[in-house]
Amino acid sequence: MNVTKETLHLATAGDAPQETFVLNLGPQHPAAHGVLRVLMTMDGEWIQRAEPIIGYIHRMHEKMGENRTWAKFLPNTSRIDYLSAMHYTHAFVGAVERAAKIEVPLRAEYARVITSELNRISSHMVWWGALLLDLGGFTPILYAFDDREKILDLLEALCGARLTYCYYRFGGLYNDVDDAFLKGTRDFVKHMQPRLKMYRDLVTDNIILRKRLEEIGPISAELCRKYGATGPVIRGSGVAYDVRRAEPYSVYPKLDFKIPVYHECDSMARYMVRMDEMEQSLRIIDQALDQIPAGPFIGKVPRVLKLPVGETCYAVEAARGRFMVRIVSDGKEIPYRVKLRTPSFSNLSLYEEASRGMILPDALAMMGSLDLVIPDIDR
Amino acid sequence: MMKFLTIEPVRVLLYLVGIIAFTAANAAYLVLAERKGAGRIQRRPGPNEAGWAGILQPVADGIKLLAKQVMVPPGTDSLLFRAAPLMVMAPPLLCLAVIPFGDTIVACNLNIGLLFVFSFGSINVMALMLGGWASRNKFAIISSARVVSQNVAYEIPMLLVVITMLMVTGTMNLGEIVRQQAGGFWHWNLLKVWVNPFMPVTFIIFFICMLAETNRAPFDMAEAESELVAGAFTEYGGMGFGVFFMAEYANIVVGCSLATILFLGGWQSPIGVLSGGWFGAAWFLVKLYALIFTVIWIRWTFPRTQFYSLLNLSWKILIPVSLVTLLLTGVMMKIL
Amino acid sequence: MSLFSSISEVFKGFKSLLVGMRITAGQAVKPTITVQYPHQTLKMPDRFRGHLELTIDPATGQTKCTACGLCVRACPSDCIDLDGLKKEGEKRKSVSKYEQNFTQCSLCGCCVDACPSDAIQYSKDYNVVSFNRDDFGKMDLFRKAEIKKQDWLKAHPQPPAPVVPPPPTTPAAPAPAPEQKQP
Repeated sequence: MNVTKETLHLATAGDAPQETFVLNLGPQHPAAHGVLRVLMTMDGEWIQRAEPIIGYIHRMHEKMGENRTWAKFLPNTSRIDYLSAMHYTHAFVGAVERAAKIEVPLRAEYARVITSELNRISSHMVWWGALLLDLGGFTPILYAFDDREKILDLLEALCGARLTYCYYRFGGLYNDVDDAFLKGTRDFVKHMQPRLKMYRDLVTDNIILRKRLEEIGPISAELCRKYGATGPVIRGSGVAYDVRRAEPYSVYPKLDFKIPVYHECDSMARYMVRMDEMEQSLRIIDQALDQIPAGPFIGKVPRVLKLPVGETCYAVEAARGRFMVRIVSDGKEIPYRVKLRTPSFSNLSLYEEASRGMILPDALAMMGSLDLVIPDIDR
Repeated sequence: MMKFLTIEPVRVLLYLVGIIAFTAANAAYLVLAERKGAGRIQRRPGPNEAGWAGILQPVADGIKLLAKQVMVPPGTDSLLFRAAPLMVMAPPLLCLAVIPFGDTIVACNLNIGLLFVFSFGSINVMALMLGGWASRNKFAIISSARVVSQNVAYEIPMLLVVITMLMVTGTMNLGEIVRQQAGGFWHWNLLKVWVNPFMPVTFIIFFICMLAETNRAPFDMAEAESELVAGAFTEYGGMGFGVFFMAEYANIVVGCSLATILFLGGWQSPIGVLSGGWFGAAWFLVKLYALIFTVIWIRWTFPRTQFYSLLNLSWKILIPVSLVTLLLTGVMMKIL
Repeated sequence: MSLFSSISEVFKGFKSLLVGMRITAGQAVKPTITVQYPHQTLKMPDRFRGHLELTIDPATGQTKCTACGLCVRACPSDCIDLDGLKKEGEKRKSVSKYEQNFTQCSLCGCCVDACPSDAIQYSKDYNVVSFNRDDFGKMDLFRKAEIKKQDWLKAHPQPPAPVVPPPPTTPAAPAPAPEQKQP
């Protein structure tokens, strides 16, 4: 064997039983969902320390917000978390509307809720498939994508894009929801109920999956609070925190839905929260379809938008948790500051502390259950 | 002419060529079958561009792999690195020599055929371990360690099951084992519940162990794509990887043949008619491929098991149950 | 008790595996759902957002664009480059150059929203491919509109009583002479 200097050094360094090695997981690793890099100090297969290294696709969205007009920042919001673009646009549009006191017609609000919840379902489907891929099950992602395709087709027919929708505009929508969309959404809700049962039979009840997720990767509510984790992560730790209830926005107060909470704190709890959320989203869509009124789809918006001096916050419940936009205006056409509070960043932050002492496959299963989107972390 | 074919050296040569051709064709076309099967399960057509319905896909894959440069990464043990693919391919070829495809279609009618298969079958583990070790890649080394502990854990219940079968049949000659199961499916060892009421359970244990021994999903710890990139084969490219890939399928063929012989009556017809000669070989292949398709079906249905529940399954469930069946068989045979 | 419960757990687990296999087998016998792309294609919905195209007024066969530049100002990624010139005998400017940098375009639709004369719309062209980088970097929409104009002229061999007689100085070629550019 070619004994390099490095191997010689490793062989002579300290006692063998205490020897650790550094595993560079990523940036190109099948479980890293993009370009997340995790520097793992491993003792055999046990993780001593897992340090996420981020910033590989940092695109300076916040800085970009400071050198363009309010309207011009709109397309950027879809690109932060490409899987739940509707929610992100909703937060930015909502913040500007709140600051400029723009009235949004009721029809637009309902349309926003319907499209947001459709987007939540499609986002959870990607997560579901990707988690199963992490766990080595290859088929579920294709079933999920089959159903997701139906949502994307609906949204594409509605606003012309499949992923970066850019559908919400200040004061309303880009174009009106047509009858074909409403009917298609109704059909989709009907189609989705048996499919969710199929997901449950195929995957959720599967003993192998349960063994992979149950009692794996516990994240306590304290840990969630410490790092500001939100969304399904904190709801899987027994805290019923949902922005749709905690800081009601849009027409969510008028709709009846439950916030799924599980107290087990493990990966399975986070899994179950998301699976239940899909059902609740279907319920919300169903109600919103019944209640959506006729009327204009966009309100009165000044041609040149100048926000009053001051700062405004607007938070939404995105698919991964609380997404908040804080805008500071100094009265000009261009924002003074656009702060984006993204959920994946906080959800990833707790990874180092939570993954200590786990074995590699469990740590990756836990990472999958956090539902990370790397552009959302780096933004 | 027929006489010439039955002279011993010619016969051995013919079988040698036949077995290598069978293994290679199986390895190539099982990949296609697997991809097509996965496609069906996932509601897509699978590879369908090369030739009619993708029939030339294995050829295209083979050319691609052959055309690639065989890289030996710096710092590796190049001898072991190159030897591992050879070592992984040899055992299944040897094992097929004693597998009877029909009443008379067997390369080497060994009296200790069963022992032969198991002794050579275990070399596979060493080859994977050496390949992973020689690669000098952290993922590969983790994978090697996993392969060894997994195979040690699953060798035990498998051998316990085989001992049970040995007690029932009383012979290690694979041809003899099949001959005892003649005359319809109720004579197959799988359904000999009067010898041991747990016989179907024994078959399931054997099947699970076979999946684990061949590193197939849901027990593919060695190649866990989403954790260890490609496990022990991470550093292999070109035909080195191709040989590992082919060996996986060759091992499945051996494992499923063994299951067919031990439990499903080998070349015997399930209803008594159309038996003997080439019909026997056809029955054997039908049963063999039915089992192989079950293996493929399982792979595309389940997620991968967690490593410790994999070991738990072996030590806490399979070994006790196979011990109980062993004991029960002994008692039943004494009483009857 | 714990022995019995663990035995029942093993059975339940085994049953869940069989249920999973039944589902995948059930899916396997259903028809495939994929579209074999080069052989089959999908129809794009009406609201599909492709690259931009200049619209042709069906009455006159001319582009509606007045080169006002609102779309340039509305564009977040500065990917539109246009120029217009005032032809003799016409009251308003008309577009003489319209280039879209499709490598930068984010298909947000701000330009279409901003356009006061409905002169630009999205094309339904989704497989935009080329060996030439400039076909995206400087996607010449004006030339495409000229081709459409020719098609329109072919479809209407007798133009309905020309409202504005074509001035003799109008160059037939789409390429505008640089000295005619407006400041």
